[in-house]
Amino acid sequence: MSLSSTLNGSYLTPRLRINKVLPYFTSHTETHVSPKIDSSRTHVNYEVKEDVAVIRMNDPTSKVNTLSVQMQNEMIEVFNEVLANDAVQSAVLISSKPGCFIAGADINMIQACNTSEEVTKLSQEGQKMFARIENSPKPIVAAINGPCLGGGLEFAIACQYRVATKSKKTVLGTPEVMLGLLPGAGGTQRLPKMVGIPGAFDMMLTGRNIRADKAKKMGLVHQLVDPLGPGLKSPEERTIEYLEEVAIQCAKGIVNKKISLTKEKGMMQKVQDYVMGIEFVRQQIYKTVTAKVMKMSKGLYPAPLKIIESVKAGLEQGPDSGYLAEAQNFGKLAMTSESNALIGLYHGQVACKKNRFGVPERPVKNLAILGAGLMGAGIAQVTVDKGIHTVLKDTTVEGLSRGQQQVYKGLNDKTKKKTITSFERDFTLASLTGQLDYSGFEKADMVIEAVFEDLNIKHRVIKEVEAVIPPHCIFATNTSALPIKDIAAASIRPEKVIGMHYFSPVDKMQLLEIITTDKTSKDTTASAVAVGLKQGKVIIVVGDGPGFYTTRCLAPMLAEAVRLLQEGVDPKKLDALTTGFGFPVGAATLADEVGIDVAAHVAEDLGKAFGSRFGGGNVEVLKTMVEKGFKGRKSGKGCYVYTPGLKSKDVNPDIEDVLGKYKLTPNPLVSSDSDVQYRLVSRFVNEAVMCLQEGILNGPVEGDIGAVFGLGFPPCLGGPFRFVDTFGANKLVEKMKRYEEVYGNHFTPCQLLLDHAKDSSKRFHK
Amino acid sequence: MKWGQPLSLTLLVFSTTLAKPGVKNIVLVEGVRTPFLLSGTTYADLMPHDLARAALQGLLHKTSLPKDAVDYIIYGTVIQEVKTSNVAREASLGAGFSDKIPSHTVTMACISSNVAMTTGVGLITAGQCDTIVAGGVEFMSDVPIRHSRKMRKTMLALNRAKTLGQRLSLIGSIRMAHLTPELPAVAEFSTAETMGHSADRLAAAFGVTRLEQDEFALRSHTLAKQAQDAGLLSDVISFKVPGRDTVAKDNGIRPSSMEQLAKLKPAFIKPHGTVTAANSSFLTDGASAVLIMSEEKALAMGYKPKAYLRDFVFVSQDPKDQLLLGPAYGTPKVLARAGLTMDDIDVFEFHEAFAGQIMANLKALDSDWFAQTYMGRKVKVGAPAMEKFNLWGGSLSLGHPFGATGCRLVTTVAHRLLKEGGQYGLVAACAAGGQGHAMVIEAYPQ
Repeated sequence: MSLSSTLNGSYLTPRLRINKVLPYFTSHTETHVSPKIDSSRTHVNYEVKEDVAVIRMNDPTSKVNTLSVQMQNEMIEVFNEVLANDAVQSAVLISSKPGCFIAGADINMIQACNTSEEVTKLSQEGQKMFARIENSPKPIVAAINGPCLGGGLEFAIACQYRVATKSKKTVLGTPEVMLGLLPGAGGTQRLPKMVGIPGAFDMMLTGRNIRADKAKKMGLVHQLVDPLGPGLKSPEERTIEYLEEVAIQCAKGIVNKKISLTKEKGMMQKVQDYVMGIEFVRQQIYKTVTAKVMKMSKGLYPAPLKIIESVKAGLEQGPDSGYLAEAQNFGKLAMTSESNALIGLYHGQVACKKNRFGVPERPVKNLAILGAGLMGAGIAQVTVDKGIHTVLKDTTVEGLSRGQQQVYKGLNDKTKKKTITSFERDFTLASLTGQLDYSGFEKADMVIEAVFEDLNIKHRVIKEVEAVIPPHCIFATNTSALPIKDIAAASIRPEKVIGMHYFSPVDKMQLLEIITTDKTSKDTTASAVAVGLKQGKVIIVVGDGPGFYTTRCLAPMLAEAVRLLQEGVDPKKLDALTTGFGFPVGAATLADEVGIDVAAHVAEDLGKAFGSRFGGGNVEVLKTMVEKGFKGRKSGKGCYVYTPGLKSKDVNPDIEDVLGKYKLTPNPLVSSDSDVQYRLVSRFVNEAVMCLQEGILNGPVEGDIGAVFGLGFPPCLGGPFRFVDTFGANKLVEKMKRYEEVYGNHFTPCQLLLDHAKDSSKRFHK
Repeated sequence: MKWGQPLSLTLLVFSTTLAKPGVKNIVLVEGVRTPFLLSGTTYADLMPHDLARAALQGLLHKTSLPKDAVDYIIYGTVIQEVKTSNVAREASLGAGFSDKIPSHTVTMACISSNVAMTTGVGLITAGQCDTIVAGGVEFMSDVPIRHSRKMRKTMLALNRAKTLGQRLSLIGSIRMAHLTPELPAVAEFSTAETMGHSADRLAAAFGVTRLEQDEFALRSHTLAKQAQDAGLLSDVISFKVPGRDTVAKDNGIRPSSMEQLAKLKPAFIKPHGTVTAANSSFLTDGASAVLIMSEEKALAMGYKPKAYLRDFVFVSQDPKDQLLLGPAYGTPKVLARAGLTMDDIDVFEFHEAFAGQIMANLKALDSDWFAQTYMGRKVKVGAPAMEKFNLWGGSLSLGHPFGATGCRLVTTVAHRLLKEGGQYGLVAACAAGGQGHAMVIEAYPQ
């Protein structure tokens, strides 16, 4: 069976995204529903309407349906009864859960397996069950409302006909790849036949969600049903009923031959089929797709390659080989560390989408943002469409208009992509007020400041704001390095002060790092988390300290990167080595993106706070670059030269002078490509572990999520903590000791890491 | 005021009216309309103000109103002819009214002429006017089809171009894509959904079947035919169309059979929708006009009013999922304002946009759940009795010139009260934008 998941986004970037529906994994033991026909069944039942069996699924133990063992067993039972029932001519498969068809298979089923053979067997059972569905003499119509993902989609495409609601919640997809797996219940075999080879690869390799209207165009569903509004029942209830009515009509239509299952092929389709029938063309496709996957994944992710392999086996050697390849590859993938890491991230993400601080006393309805720069406007962008009235304040008309334009552009781009209508765009923008003064701040429930990173300015702002806001209003500060308690020092009510560290670009980066001081009240934290969750963020809540968690991990790695540049490693080579390790963005490019000035600022601040341990590269390198105007991408020059409109970038030729001035001689003992990679990564990981040791982090899960979603730590490694578990703390410590001999305390492993190295049974993740 | 359930009480209060102390009584003196024709038929070569002129002249003729006795003229329309954007003014001048009478045009989709009438009521109530002509016109045989935005931009730039070189370069920039015309949208601007599509979803939401819709459509056409044959549609004036014949009858009334209706394919939601061309109102050309006065003035001028125009409401709701539920929201509200119940109403005239929409509204009115969940009421007001409902046909059969239907509804209520007896009538209509209107009309003591 393939896997559950509501993961969405590309596995190649750290931007995994989760749907609002969160599968709730559980052992299915409870039974508290009274089914109509057979009271021993709790998940699947059916009723016969005229000559159509309406098979209804509902997992009473969860908010979503998953293809758990119990769901499958009951489904087989019901299917057998339907087949045996002479009064039944056809069947409709529908979920009685509003807003969810089947979100996927049950991940726990796979995690409970110890060998790849066991997983292969699971896959084969799934294949067998869906083969029976596909070959059913009585046509089965899948009536889809809500997510139809992973195993759910494989189930649906095994049915003879599919009807889906045109609701925003209805999405179809095969997200297995994002968990390091493949669609293991026939998906790799049926999809290419249904949507064509290119379409199938696109679906399976990106794992993206497909909306119902697109699915219809692709040939994934046959008919669409519009969601209904208020009537004599709630819209959700009536919509499902309506879907069922239409599906029943379809089922009858198929039986009495009014609906033909063999679609009349259009000219384009015929041409495409002809072209795909040529072996040479197919081989070219496999080659191109493989090359693309290798380029994007650097070969660090096995799943996409196995998907290509399974599809190829089916198309070139016939279904028997295809299904076998799928099941065997599925088994192999389930045992990989990559899959384990990605599944870990998935669970972590689910955990970081919950508010462990409870429900805040009053919800934030009016939010004011100070500073309409990239950050401020970005925060406005993710807030304004969540039903929160948003004030964007700046000090100049120019700054404000730039910020307002950014928010407009964000929404307008969605209009162009047709995810929202122009009306929805305008309606959303009506919740945004741009202003230059503090008028209306007496109604604010929360103020987020995103002004310049300077303690004096932040102090001035906090005083100005506290003079105008109501007593309950929370003051959140968006800073990437300044300790919150230092900022709060100017506040007359420090319990209402909290740090909210967003990542740029705010509308794309999923992480929000919330920083609490000893004085921050629990309700303030609950409120900040609630706002972050509304904004769609994955949230980690960390303790206060210089650089908090994320910036603190990044700083030593960037210091090491600067040292490597000084040692003569070319920026392009440095980038290649970091991306080759799995980082989505190379170290030199990352410095340019963050801004060389910001990096210099942070390096200096954290250097002061943590002493020589944060040394490595010379801060003067960064400062000299800033002096010369090489501030990174925003100034057009940094490590690279950026030409507007051009995607490719060249190394900044003037940087050599700067680096030449601070040239260091590399030590050949620790300068191999692999050493360069581990020098960068070990400093990152060591600092992360130290954050856990010092209590900055609440646990390794948040540490992994923060590193992957905020800093781009390789998703295939699952985050610094899972990396230590998988790689072995002892091996890492061994490497670090070798570097320590050359560079000193920059590489001294922290106590917690040493503890783990000493005792191999100690693990961050169970 | 009227509450009465017990028969004796009902009889007792029958003599009372909705007159309010200190508020002027406003009366409908007369109402007329041109025959409503399928668009593209006999009116095809006219312009909208021509139809409005015909209605105005008909009103003048029928009432013998002096041409300078009117204080103000208001017209409703939906799709505006750009040349006559204030169609009220062009029509009143063309109909021979004094050029000293100001006139303006209002728009509120299918309840535009309702707005025209209630604007008049407001002017009289406020003491600004005593005599108002209100009406509505819609002309679907010709609608403004525009050049594309790109082409318009080029043409406007061409206007401003100073040199031949500039002109040539602008002309040279015209591409095939520039020539694609822009048709006026039948879709809701805010949701981009066409009204028929929304009506089909509405019917589905209320579980209205295809059969129910076809039956209602058949009823509408059958009743309209009977009314036409019996000469009950006395508001229709005959109109000599220049270059064509004289038109004296609506031409969209076509009673058919259930079998024939069942043959039609769904027009909007395919293949499983229930709204078809036959159970929807059709594109219509037509105009209407009414003479509204303060009771005092009417009597002083020697008129015998037909009815009182009483309480009215405008309502609005979600334009996506409740686009056509105006009557369901407006009816309870206007009844509450007037202190009446459903049983007190003797004559109902609801605008029939789609059979499915009417059935959905009737079901909504008859649902406690709907009343509680969406209208904040404790109980439903109930559905109107069908034996009092749209007895002379409706928009489905008579036709529905968007801007003109409101006056037809009000005039029909007045005429039915006169014909059938009874004291109160109720008009209700839905309109694009998720809006609606309802008005209580009281018989004038004869």
